[in-house]
Amino acid sequence: MNRKNISRKQQTWNALATVVALTAVLMLGACAKKAAPPPPPPPPASPSPTAAISVSPDTIQKGQSSTLTWQTTNATDVSIDGIGAVQPNGSQQVSPADSTTYHLTAKGAGGTQDATTRLTVTPPPVVQAAPPSTSEEDLFGQTIKDVYFDYDKSDLRGDQSASIQSDMLFLNQHPGINFTVEGHCDNRGSTEYNLALGDQRASSVKNALVTAGISASRIKTISYGKEKPFCMEDNEACWQQNRRGHFVYQK
Amino acid sequence: MQDTHRDRQRKVPQPLQSVPTGASPLGRLSSLLLLILLLASASFAQDWVRTGSGLGVDKVRLAVPDFKPSSADPLNTALLKTFNDTFWNDLDNSGVVELVSKSFYPLQVPGLPAEVTFGVWNSPPPNAAMMAFGNLAVAAGKVTVQGWLYDVKNTASPQVLGKQYSDVPTDDATRLIAHKFADEIIYRLGGGIAGISESKIFFVSDRGGHKEIWGMDYDGSNQRQLTHEGSIALSPRISPDGSRVAFSALTKTGWDILMYSMDLNRLVSFPRFGGTNLSPAWSPDGAKLAVSSSRGGNSQIYVCDANGANLHRMTSGKGPDVSPAWNRKTGAQIAFVSGSTGLPQVYTMEADGTNLLRMTDQGYAVSPNWSPNGQFLTLAWIRKYGPGEPGSSDIYLMDIASKQWVQLTHDGGRNDFPSWSPDGRHIVFQSSRSGKEEIWEMLADGTKLHQLTFTGRNSQPNWSWK
Repeated sequence: MNRKNISRKQQTWNALATVVALTAVLMLGACAKKAAPPPPPPPPASPSPTAAISVSPDTIQKGQSSTLTWQTTNATDVSIDGIGAVQPNGSQQVSPADSTTYHLTAKGAGGTQDATTRLTVTPPPVVQAAPPSTSEEDLFGQTIKDVYFDYDKSDLRGDQSASIQSDMLFLNQHPGINFTVEGHCDNRGSTEYNLALGDQRASSVKNALVTAGISASRIKTISYGKEKPFCMEDNEACWQQNRRGHFVYQK
Repeated sequence: MQDTHRDRQRKVPQPLQSVPTGASPLGRLSSLLLLILLLASASFAQDWVRTGSGLGVDKVRLAVPDFKPSSADPLNTALLKTFNDTFWNDLDNSGVVELVSKSFYPLQVPGLPAEVTFGVWNSPPPNAAMMAFGNLAVAAGKVTVQGWLYDVKNTASPQVLGKQYSDVPTDDATRLIAHKFADEIIYRLGGGIAGISESKIFFVSDRGGHKEIWGMDYDGSNQRQLTHEGSIALSPRISPDGSRVAFSALTKTGWDILMYSMDLNRLVSFPRFGGTNLSPAWSPDGAKLAVSSSRGGNSQIYVCDANGANLHRMTSGKGPDVSPAWNRKTGAQIAFVSGSTGLPQVYTMEADGTNLLRMTDQGYAVSPNWSPNGQFLTLAWIRKYGPGEPGSSDIYLMDIASKQWVQLTHDGGRNDFPSWSPDGRHIVFQSSRSGKEEIWEMLADGTKLHQLTFTGRNSQPNWSWK
């Protein structure tokens, strides 16, 4: 059986080799015909074209315009990508929304020549000036982190020290900001006790800030106990949301 | 008072001693009702099945047939309904009589002494020992009620009481007449302790959008708003003479004690202490207030004069200390809540700040209120607390001398802020058992529970002193 298979394979290979050889002969014949062109005519004497393009100024703010200037010689067909066919020499006002690379193509009898120039567009000044004009209140709201507490506890939890550190950093950098620390509790405890507990929480946040050098005169405290919950559901995730020292910017 | 205290200290040398759960005789208790209550429940402190022991004292069986009209004025019908409903409820809620069901009454009921047929009342089915009856008439722009209390077993000399009341023919005036006559009967049949039908309950309601101080009659009628702070008003406490309500409110300067005059129907001036000021409490002579204030840092108990002068600090732990309550009989001690050891616990101290005693041994204990006879505290307590022990906040009663306690509420919801009635037989409290916070009332043994408020959320009830 094995021997039979082998001999069949060999026959197949032989047949394939024959086909390949024949094809090669035919192709060689064809090539031999094309490979014998008449000698080319001498090249024309036309000079090759030149092209130059520039933009001035090369940086604008969004909404302003700039002048694009180009010169070509020996070109019959001049175009700029994005603008289209243009005169061989010229200039044009452009006011793109985004930074743009202008690609000049000059075609002539003597060949093709390209040139490029780039116009950089920067965002308008209003946008650039926006961050400095953001109010301290907005910055306060974006930066300050509330401090969260354990159940029935008013001492600062270890995992809250990062929040307090960043709060202190911000408050030191913005000495003009006065603020209130609100003490809040979850809704499980009793009304009166929770108000006292919320008071201790607010004081405990205030004391940490004062110890770190924030002037006590900038800080007010108030307890809301369980009177103004952030979250109304009866589960630990919600209760944790409600056990906090909440920072409020003072106008 | 000194003797009492030495006695207490000898008995309970360890402030943290656990509450004994076994039955022990409480010979010191003189109030009959409360003796019954404690003996019945002490051996099963956490089991609320009432055993039969101590329940052998039968209450007087009182028949109260509807009062009859004695004139033909068309106003009679409406006023009679008000009178009969109010009168029946007062007697039924009093806890001192057993009302004979109206289904046992004969068809002909008396409106005048001459119409009383003793035989049908003093034998079964009514089998009444006493009968209250009478008539009501509107005539000449006045409503007049005549009422009698008869000892129907004593046919020779049956009359215990005979009263006549006259007032303007309004619903409110008629209700007041019913309260007055009911109180006369409760006073006679209840061991000489004055009835409470004319007492008031002050509370916090948010039904107008903000938490404000409200007042109502003891049975829930005549609910009316007192304050209009527009912020958050909490913890109303009526003065012993009923002339002022002290409360705590969020003002522009923080939580301050404010004073509302019941005579002037407006706020009267009271000094601002600074810090967070909460939970005012009147001394029984009305001369002093105890408050919780954080003016010195942590929340501590302070005492000042009734006008806010002479504020001085009474506690000095790390706090927070809140919710003071004076011994209503002597004014010599103050109970309060402190979180100085973790979860809040109830403590007592002398009114001068000495002799601090911890009353509760575990859990979350708040809102103490002293009984009128000075022997008991009622408080809100989550005894079993912590992971895997989802305890509920229930109303408890504690004998101060022995620290033995009885659980009064069992029916779910969060129960808080118990306050005794002037006769010591009732406790009003807030409960969420109906789905939202409302005011409920019960007898001081936990029975005859009924709801007093239904509109909005209502909390922190405080019963008047008389």
